[in-house]
Amino acid sequence: MMRQLITALGLLSLSALAVAAGDPLGAAEKQATNWHAIIMFCIFVFMTMGITYWAASRTKSTADFYTAGGGITGFQNGLAIAGDYMSAATLLGLTAMVYSQGYDGYIYMLAFFAGWPIILFLMAERLRNLGKFTFSDITAYRLDQGKVRTMAAISSLIVVCFYLIAQMVGAGQLIKLLFGLEYNVAIFAVGILMMVYVTFGGMVATTWVQIIKACMLLAGGTLVMFLAFGQFGFSFQTLLEKATAVHKLGPKLMYPGSLLADPVTAISLGLGLMFGTAGLPHILMRFFTVTDAKEARKSVLYASGFVAYFFNVIFIMGLCGIIIVGQNPEFFEGGTLGAKLIGGGNMVAMHLAKAVGGNMLLGFLAAVAFATILAVVSGLALAGASAISHDLYARVIMKGQASEEKEIRVSKIATICLGFVAIILGILFEKQNIAFMVGLAFGVAAAANFPVLILSMYWKGLTTRGALFGGYGGLVSAVLFVLFSKSVWVDVLHNPAALFPYTQPALFAMPIAFLLAYIFSKTDSSVRAGQEIEAFEDQYVRAQTGYGAASASNH
Amino acid sequence: MSSAMYERMRANPKFQELVARRGRFAWTLAFIVLTMFYGFVMVVAFNPASLGQPLAEGSMWTVGVAVELFMFIFFWVLTAVYVKRANTEFDSLTQEIVKEAWKEQK
Repeated sequence: MMRQLITALGLLSLSALAVAAGDPLGAAEKQATNWHAIIMFCIFVFMTMGITYWAASRTKSTADFYTAGGGITGFQNGLAIAGDYMSAATLLGLTAMVYSQGYDGYIYMLAFFAGWPIILFLMAERLRNLGKFTFSDITAYRLDQGKVRTMAAISSLIVVCFYLIAQMVGAGQLIKLLFGLEYNVAIFAVGILMMVYVTFGGMVATTWVQIIKACMLLAGGTLVMFLAFGQFGFSFQTLLEKATAVHKLGPKLMYPGSLLADPVTAISLGLGLMFGTAGLPHILMRFFTVTDAKEARKSVLYASGFVAYFFNVIFIMGLCGIIIVGQNPEFFEGGTLGAKLIGGGNMVAMHLAKAVGGNMLLGFLAAVAFATILAVVSGLALAGASAISHDLYARVIMKGQASEEKEIRVSKIATICLGFVAIILGILFEKQNIAFMVGLAFGVAAAANFPVLILSMYWKGLTTRGALFGGYGGLVSAVLFVLFSKSVWVDVLHNPAALFPYTQPALFAMPIAFLLAYIFSKTDSSVRAGQEIEAFEDQYVRAQTGYGAASASNH
Repeated sequence: MSSAMYERMRANPKFQELVARRGRFAWTLAFIVLTMFYGFVMVVAFNPASLGQPLAEGSMWTVGVAVELFMFIFFWVLTAVYVKRANTEFDSLTQEIVKEAWKEQK
């Protein structure tokens, strides 16, 4: 029954694509239907549906569903983490940032990258040794299960929802542009495909979708970079000479510009990106899919290698775009240089692909972008669903008494609900300015998830009371700082002036979380707190040696 | 998991050695990364012009691009160094500790 349903749903979503593609009406910025892209995307969907079909037969226990049975290798997981981390916003947004602001884009990418070594040195191995399915397995290890898990689930779901909105709205607009589909159709296609991958294939399918997409993204980006860079004889010198000659910033192109001019914003952004990465539930969850700490470390090595490589590819792509796209009137509205780019500023990477590789390469890169969104959304949905089923349902409501079957059923229902929530939010937020959403997701992850997680692993003195005050304190302050900042208070709510002068919350919200956790742990003299502090010793030995860690299930 | 096993492992001097050695190594590497990264962020914020200087007369390579490219490569090399040492030296020490704790139990 399940298999027939998958096939039926696959065909349904494809026919939905085909029908919508023939519809000539739509918003002004909708582009001509791009058949190359649609065909290549359909190939991707068929491949991943095949994998989901195969994965469905291997997804029986909760361990299979949440962590692919813990049998993913370090290399595979490295690719999947890189896939989770490099969203369509990375490919399109960062290329566009280099195109318009030059060196600033490169700085931004370093900030995105620098969290990975820190995760490896301080967290990767302890995460694997202590965790099982979700990161709250670690925070709740010696603390009050019910209260701490509820808090972790709430902040995970908030992170997942904000991240989902950003991805869904981005997906709708991107697909409208790239494929010439209606916004709503695109949202439904993404939402439904995601539900199919996750409900039937669980973590096995989600991981493989992520791996395939990461390979496509790396290959597509590299190809565009080679073709474009080749036009400058692969000489960075020539490329920069030409780029600075034509760019409106001139020689300032390679100077740090306005983006990080103010030190508070620069440091806050750096903190948010670095420690936000270490608090994203869908990234943390990936550490539980590998066999042991050894493989967990290797995952970070591969993942950070791919991410670093790809960021440098994007840097070259953006610089090439300045000349190849920026000097070609064909890509500007009305055919005049310096007018608005066709499809908006984020389309630089796509125009570049078309300029150097024709419609075929454009189609491929567009399909990659769609696949990227789909894969990231699936990872998010799985992380959200496990917060609901594993943390809230199985541990908080049923107090560990739920059967595996029931728990899996709840997680599937949760996935479908999250899918519909994502579709509805995606439609509601279509016209909204969503630029702050990803920042908010990283801010909450850095201020609510990360402090409690790191303290629970490193600080003996953390008690339930401290964890709750720290976690909720970080969550509330991160949300409030973003709410009162310019990006929401002025840009969305149309107030005259921002109450909070900075755009990045991490520098302020993180210390609040740490401070609250410290104060309320130190002043906690309950019997329970004493036991929790005592239990740290065993947890510490397990974290260090991996003895007693959840092992891979046998297949 | 039996608390007694953990107790024996903790009592093993090798455990203290593992924790001390790995901790020192990991924190040193983390310190290097954090110092370089936030040092760089401070330069961006307070002295951006210095990063825009060309490396050599007439070269388009600026100090900033070279420094960043170096950090991308260097940070990744540090992760490789850590993974290599942790997956060989520290892991075999860990295995010894677990094995010895098992033996004592018999």
